[in-house]
Amino acid sequence: MSLQRTQDAESTDALLAAEEVQKYFPIRSGILKRHTADVKAVDGVSFEIRRGETLGLVGESGCGKSTLGKTMMRLLDPTGGRIYFDGEDITDVSRKRLRQLRRDMQIIFQDPGSSLNPRMNVADLITEPMRSLTDWDKTKRQNRLYELIEEVDLQENHLTRAPHEFSGGQQQRIAIARALSVNPSLIVADEPTSALDVSVQAKILNLMEDLQEKYNLTYLFISHDLSVIKHICDRVAVMYLGELAEVAPADRLFETPKHPYTRALLSGVPRANAERMDDRIILDGSVPSPEDPPSGCRFHTRCQEYIGDVCETSDPELDAVGDGHVCACHHYD
Amino acid sequence: MTDPLLEIDDLHVHFHTEEGTVEALDGVSLTVERDEVVGVIGESGCGKSVTAFSTMGLLQSPPAEVVSGSIRYDGRELLDLSDDELDGIRGDDITMIYQDPMSSLNPVLTIGHQLTEPLLAHRDISKAAARQKAIEMLEACGLADAERLMDEYPDALSGGMRQRVVIAMALITEPKLLIADEPTTALDVTIQAQIMDLLRDLREEFEMSVLIISHDLAVISEIADRMAVMYAGNVVETCSMRELFEAPLHPYTRKLAESIPSLETSVQRLPTIEGTVPELIDPPTGCRFASRCPDYIGSECDEIDPQLAEPEGIRDHEVACHYYTDESDAEPPWQIQGVEDQ
Amino acid sequence: MSVGHSDSDDDEGDGTPKGGQGSRVATGQLARARTVLRRVMQNRFAVFGLVVVVALLVTAAFAPWIAPYEPTEQNYDALKEPPSLEHPFGTDTYGRDVFSRVVFGSRYAVFLGVVIVGIEMLIGVSLGLLAGYYGGWTEAGIMRLVDISLSIPAIVLALAIAGMLGGGLFPLIVAVSLVGWRGFARLVRGDVKSVMEEEYIESANAAGLSDFRVITRYVLPNAASSIIVYATLTIPTVILWSAGLSFLGMGVQPPKPEWGAILAAGRGDIDSAWWIATFPGLAIMLTVIGFNGLGDGLRDALDPRQVR
Repeated sequence: MSLQRTQDAESTDALLAAEEVQKYFPIRSGILKRHTADVKAVDGVSFEIRRGETLGLVGESGCGKSTLGKTMMRLLDPTGGRIYFDGEDITDVSRKRLRQLRRDMQIIFQDPGSSLNPRMNVADLITEPMRSLTDWDKTKRQNRLYELIEEVDLQENHLTRAPHEFSGGQQQRIAIARALSVNPSLIVADEPTSALDVSVQAKILNLMEDLQEKYNLTYLFISHDLSVIKHICDRVAVMYLGELAEVAPADRLFETPKHPYTRALLSGVPRANAERMDDRIILDGSVPSPEDPPSGCRFHTRCQEYIGDVCETSDPELDAVGDGHVCACHHYD
Repeated sequence: MTDPLLEIDDLHVHFHTEEGTVEALDGVSLTVERDEVVGVIGESGCGKSVTAFSTMGLLQSPPAEVVSGSIRYDGRELLDLSDDELDGIRGDDITMIYQDPMSSLNPVLTIGHQLTEPLLAHRDISKAAARQKAIEMLEACGLADAERLMDEYPDALSGGMRQRVVIAMALITEPKLLIADEPTTALDVTIQAQIMDLLRDLREEFEMSVLIISHDLAVISEIADRMAVMYAGNVVETCSMRELFEAPLHPYTRKLAESIPSLETSVQRLPTIEGTVPELIDPPTGCRFASRCPDYIGSECDEIDPQLAEPEGIRDHEVACHYYTDESDAEPPWQIQGVEDQ
Repeated sequence: MSVGHSDSDDDEGDGTPKGGQGSRVATGQLARARTVLRRVMQNRFAVFGLVVVVALLVTAAFAPWIAPYEPTEQNYDALKEPPSLEHPFGTDTYGRDVFSRVVFGSRYAVFLGVVIVGIEMLIGVSLGLLAGYYGGWTEAGIMRLVDISLSIPAIVLALAIAGMLGGGLFPLIVAVSLVGWRGFARLVRGDVKSVMEEEYIESANAAGLSDFRVITRYVLPNAASSIIVYATLTIPTVILWSAGLSFLGMGVQPPKPEWGAILAAGRGDIDSAWWIATFPGLAIMLTVIGFNGLGDGLRDALDPRQVR
């Protein structure tokens, strides 16, 4: 993977790429339900995920990271911008093509308790995507099912049970098997371990790494937990209020974070074993509403490095600040 | 030495469910000294919240039943008190912050109403004075524009602000003991940092004891003086914060700490704890960690429930593990660093 | 080979799911049904309801064997006789055995209850599903239809339809069905909308399922329990409506032994022969209470949040 890291951002090895992607959710109000405003959940985001890597997408709740993940795999329709999968523009492909694409792009959700249909048993849950997305016959599906449950460490006697009979960790294994069943090349993992206990989290993270190696999977790993991101990701994109603040290889991002928001995030992580942190950056206030985001740099209202009017009037672009390291901050202009 | 402020001794709590009796707490012992912050850490189902709820007398019975044990607060046995007597203590001397700031505020009452309520209930105080006090407390909790907030409804506030209001509510009676059950779990990282910072300051300002409960070791480590590690209804280790990181004794504590990814260190692969937490319906006899323990020493582990005790040569550090109380001279398979340091 | 190899002893590695004893023995539907039954059995009112409903069904099924006389058999030697061993509920103005008439009346109650609720469900559930699933204009159109029909008082609507089509069984079914489907439509639309918010629907989309499959495998099963409960609670309403319309002469016509019709025929003689109107009235009451009890019990038993 280190080879890929040294390649520049224009690399042709991108499996999935976003170009100025926007996703707005309309707010309708009044009796006539007129479209009065938009929640700008994702507002002009460009990045790419390279084949075989794990790209981390990190940010606080409401920053639009989940929406971006779902829009990238076309579970949501983008409001603007273009999305490319393996070089193909998939922004407005036909329904038929979209179904074919589902074989290549799958998703794992945060809470397996609610992402698995409670009225289906494990076998049906895992074979369902194969049934609808492939033309495999029953024998092939069954063989794959048994292969999958072994991969994710479930047992045959689990197959006839309903999801609520399992612990959170096992439920997430079922969800992983379901996503993996059609042999996708990309998996969007939306906070896959946030609902789990730490000791179970470690097992799921290990499993995901093993599967990545075996199937040459590419992950878009969405999380609010920086420690987890650091552990599992090759590159990391930091998101704030619908925009990307910084993208960098993981080790660079954690060693030399550039964006003031990234630095605040990092310093906010509670650190076991640390003496009192007097140099900690504690941000004031909370994230502004994405319905009416601040002008200019969206972070300027909370920024500890505010440098003047330019922050309020002009929206900074992602500019290179190092090898494969881009940051959107006027500080570095 | 004076009596501890809170002393939980050998507490057994059972839940009677359709599937059977869940032995949720299996002899939990825990003390909180005056002006001390004790952190309780453990994974879901280990009984940490049940311990907090028992102390507040908030367990619903049925299905819960306190089978045996004692909870002494300031020398008084809480389990013997009537509901009325208990009401005089909880919400006044002992208060609690809950995990979810969204659901611990009543959406149809103003912030002011909810803040002054405990004062009016527990103190002989005029409405105007209570209001003044509430405003001061909101300000102490870092909420600007407190006057205006008093007349707002919880809906108007962000998650972080709500948690500040919840904290103000818990502190308004100037309690001697604050119980915080996962106070930042529902919050974002940057907000979490604000709230922990606030709790640390307030705790010094009001000189109260705190019992803080979390699944996140790192969060607790920022504030706690002493730690209690819980596993499957037992306290398996108690020691100072520092000791916990530098020289954890219980195999569970060590394995748990290893399995958490950290910003400081990098590992290729996260170490994991084999097996699963045992069912608490009909739990195993002996040590409840025995089946997963990397350092299992034999039938003793399966048969005898280990008790919290100080291993020889170590002070102020208790562990419930047969290694350290084993009469035989068998050497523990890992180094006890704490001994060497002293 | 398993890639999760090194963690082979996994969370829940012993292969026992966290469910209780019951779920280990029988799985899936059977276990669910058993749990529901056990929970119903814990509720006294529900047990009473279950007994009444079963008794009603048995009576309807075996009416010719239970009833001592033909329901329309007239006996001019025994006019308006008070209850006796020979005629447990007495006889009416034509000397017909009231007990036999009430027993046969149960057939009308069961038939009308099941058929009308079935029709209401068919219309209401389909429209509610369409509205909730597709939203937008489909939903707006369907819900306006519901609103408009709700603005006409049910009794007026039913009387108008029954009046237009004349008396009899068929007009009665049409009239009562057209009153009741709206409740199903509203309920199902609300339920479907909340199911659509669930993450497993997104998971279904990611699996590329067709609308039909999402509806049949995801939406309907997850909305089913509230539909079942509502249907159970609607049956007594339907029985009341049917009896009511028959009482007013708009439904089942005498001499057919429908409870409302018997009641109507007996009301003139309430001072001289109280039993003619009282017993069918009691039958209606008991049936309504029974179904309500069963419905309440089912609601509690089917609610997964209700943990006891």
